Amino acid sequence: MTDTLASYSLLAIYSAMAIYAIAFIMFTLDLARRSAPAPVRLEVAVGAATAKRGSTALLERLSTDAPAAAQPKGPRYLRAAFALTIVAWVLHVVGAVLRGVAAGRVPWANMFEFTLTATAIIIGVFIAVQVWQDLRFLGAFVSGFVLLALGIASTNFYVDVVPLPPALQSAWLVIHVFVASLGTGFFALGAALSVVQLLQGRRAVGKATRLGFLDTLPTADKLENLAYRVIVVGFVFWTFTLIAGAIWAEHAWGRYWGWDTKEVWTFIIWTIFAGYIHARATRGWRGSRSATLAIIGFGAVVFNFTIVNLFFKGLHAYSGL
Amino acid sequence: MASSRPSKDTASNDAEAPDSTRPQGHFDAPETIVQPKLDFVGYLRFFWRQLTSMRTALLLLLLLALAAIPGSLVPQVSSDPNGVVQYKANNPTLAPVLESLGVFSTYSSVWFSAIYLLLFVSLIGCVIPRTKHHWDALRARPPKTPARLSRLEGFTTRETTMDAATAIASARTLLRRLGYRTEVYASASSAPDSVSAERGYLRETGNLVFHTALIGVLITVGVGGGFGYTGQRVVVEGYAFNNSLASYDSFNPGRFFSDGALEPYSIALDSFTPVYEQKNLNALGQPIDYTAAVTTTLRGQKPHKDVIKVNSPLEIGGTQVYLLGNGYAPVVTVKDPNGTVVFSQPTACLPQNANLTSICVIKLPDGLDKQLGMLGFFYPTSVAQTDGTLASNYPDLLNPILSLNMYTGDLGLDNGVGTNAYSLNTDSLTEVAGLKADTPAIRLGVGDSAQLPGGLGTIELTAIPRFVSLDVHHDPAQVWVLVFAILVVAGLVTSLFIPRRRVWVKVVTGKAGVLTLEYAGLARGDDPALAAAVEEIAERHSQQPLA
Ligand code: HEM
Repeated sequence: MTDTLASYSLLAIYSAMAIYAIAFIMFTLDLARRSAPAPVRLEVAVGAATAKRGSTALLERLSTDAPAAAQPKGPRYLRAAFALTIVAWVLHVVGAVLRGVAAGRVPWANMFEFTLTATAIIIGVFIAVQVWQDLRFLGAFVSGFVLLALGIASTNFYVDVVPLPPALQSAWLVIHVFVASLGTGFFALGAALSVVQLLQGRRAVGKATRLGFLDTLPTADKLENLAYRVIVVGFVFWTFTLIAGAIWAEHAWGRYWGWDTKEVWTFIIWTIFAGYIHARATRGWRGSRSATLAIIGFGAVVFNFTIVNLFFKGLHAYSGL
Repeated sequence: MASSRPSKDTASNDAEAPDSTRPQGHFDAPETIVQPKLDFVGYLRFFWRQLTSMRTALLLLLLLALAAIPGSLVPQVSSDPNGVVQYKANNPTLAPVLESLGVFSTYSSVWFSAIYLLLFVSLIGCVIPRTKHHWDALRARPPKTPARLSRLEGFTTRETTMDAATAIASARTLLRRLGYRTEVYASASSAPDSVSAERGYLRETGNLVFHTALIGVLITVGVGGGFGYTGQRVVVEGYAFNNSLASYDSFNPGRFFSDGALEPYSIALDSFTPVYEQKNLNALGQPIDYTAAVTTTLRGQKPHKDVIKVNSPLEIGGTQVYLLGNGYAPVVTVKDPNGTVVFSQPTACLPQNANLTSICVIKLPDGLDKQLGMLGFFYPTSVAQTDGTLASNYPDLLNPILSLNMYTGDLGLDNGVGTNAYSLNTDSLTEVAGLKADTPAIRLGVGDSAQLPGGLGTIELTAIPRFVSLDVHHDPAQVWVLVFAILVVAGLVTSLFIPRRRVWVKVVTGKAGVLTLEYAGLARGDDPALAAAVEEIAERHSQQPLA
């Protein structure tokens, strides 16, 4: 039973990866299209009639047919890519949930499961954020990153379902790890925005001339503000993660802070993002310097999860590998 | 974009930086640093200014992040002393350099401490003037209404049929209900014609709470470490331990620890029950639960039954008692040739792997004709390997075997130097049972007995109780660390997500006496929702005039 469910879970994940791959290509094509702006508009109109299928077609046709909404909701590739991302995400979530059902607990108790869930949350945050701001142009970055992470996780980190060791049997597993993943999701978006911000900054001074799509994206200034807002949310979650981790460590290991490698890196990440927040308020540090900090911070998050888990010694030896 | 547009702050009584994207009450180093007079006080003041500037705080934060890295790359004395020994053996050239830099104790090293202490001095130097500034701001009136609202954020107008006085009064009521502090101003005319409103002082309050609570965390962590203690003790089923210095196997007091901090109590281990996975073939033998049933006795009170589990420590006498390890403690009974019992007690064996193959060291300095040392392996579920050696393939007691090598000679226990109970130095001993001796290693199941080599007597494996290793912690400030940590989060959320904004409503008399209401706002800090908020106020005010 457990094994059957676990294999269904894997099947869902593989399907999600296939669709993410197509979405990634579409997102990239969209960016390529934007580099050559003139013919796009025409193709959107023509393509709209032929390329749409399924339930979303109705919605979109309605909006394009209505005279007031003559502006399409974004180029054709972008809409298709985003729709595919949502489909893949649903499969992704189903995969994660099945894994949890198979194990009879939350699906984030080892590296494979954590990658599964954290990437689902990254995409979830990416989708949810669109309600607030159209950030679909980050799709190539986000879907590419998640695809890569899932690929590595399912080939290198995969472990069979095993029961939880006593130290992990705690409500804090649910809270601490979930909030950490949420924080990671926001930091990932923040880093993506910061990358675009840096490119935009370079283009503004006459570099990065070949990246024509940048002209269709928000200005560096606006990107910086968006990144800031996303990152402070991530920072709050991260602060909470740090504190929840300390409380849990106190229960499970008998001390709330012991400079274990994982604790050290969580602290380093927290300090980098605290630095980021101050950088934005410091003359001479706004702009590309603070963007660089945001990217370094997310780099440290990824490092903390991969390199620290796999190669560093410490109490957090729960990768299951 | 509200926060990227340089806005005009017309409130002349406000001494803040002109750029509204900058945080409230935030002090930056002046753009051009005036060369200080080179006298001592001038120099100090200059230094203090630099230290408490935002830029210094930023650099110190980044430096702290960098400085924390080495300690994660190299094992630390505090968390992994054996790792340090091993690292030094493996890196004979690098280790002394790292040692002299204090890298093996990074987080208590001079340089690491210097960075965070400087950071906190900077923080204090920052928080104090900001608190004063905020205190003044809390009692100041909302600023005068700017002459031209049309240049501000979310500017919008509505025509109205209300008379000016009613419009002003109802705007004031509405804004108050929305949590604004209000003040009515008159421009050229003598009658009041505008309301100035400000809200979100909590943002700065939150920021100050956040930064102050960080200082609180640092102080309480220090106090707890100074006055607390931690101790470790192995307890075998059927035995008890008392919370006194003498009964700990190892003990780490804080700097200001005194014996009086040890509250007298005892904990007896009645039983220890592990549960191992039996169904899932991928995880056969993996522990899924540990339960230690104990009887605790506080001085002068009745004994009390309790349970300690991983993730659920026992609270007793101002300490927490954690269940951190467990294993087997076989009871070996040794008799001399006359049949007199000279030794009968459990020996905790150190587990070596997941199936609890364990190393046992038993020392008998007295009672027999010769001093006898035993170095053994204990296999809870023993299986014979093809080469004749034993191994354990399950952690529970299914087929236990204790295999003992024996040595005679001076065990070195009489010279008064403390020796490690868990190791036996066999260099100067004679092996009398084992691979190198005539007699093979002695293998015992439960209840088995055997002759000791050389007619020394007999040995029996009497019983196999389990042991647990308990960690006892006393940290008088732990609760306060938590309180400050919660304040950190609360302050952070408040300061990041409560918008601080000003809103003005103004009555303008147009041609033909038609009254127009003007509305506008000013963001202070990052405030993407300001324009929408102004619009909503205008809408509500013009539609349902409030009394
Ligand atoms: C232990 C050192 C410090 C840490 C961990 C830290 C952390 C933070 C964090 C997380 C924030 C954003 C949340 C908020 O606005 O409350 C912040 C904001 C701020 N901090 Fe610090 N801080 C530290 C030291 C300092 C120092 C030394 C100063 C003064 C020189 C300072 C001045 C400020 C100011 C003015 C803000 C508001 C910035 C804004 O709203 O963009 N901080 N700090």
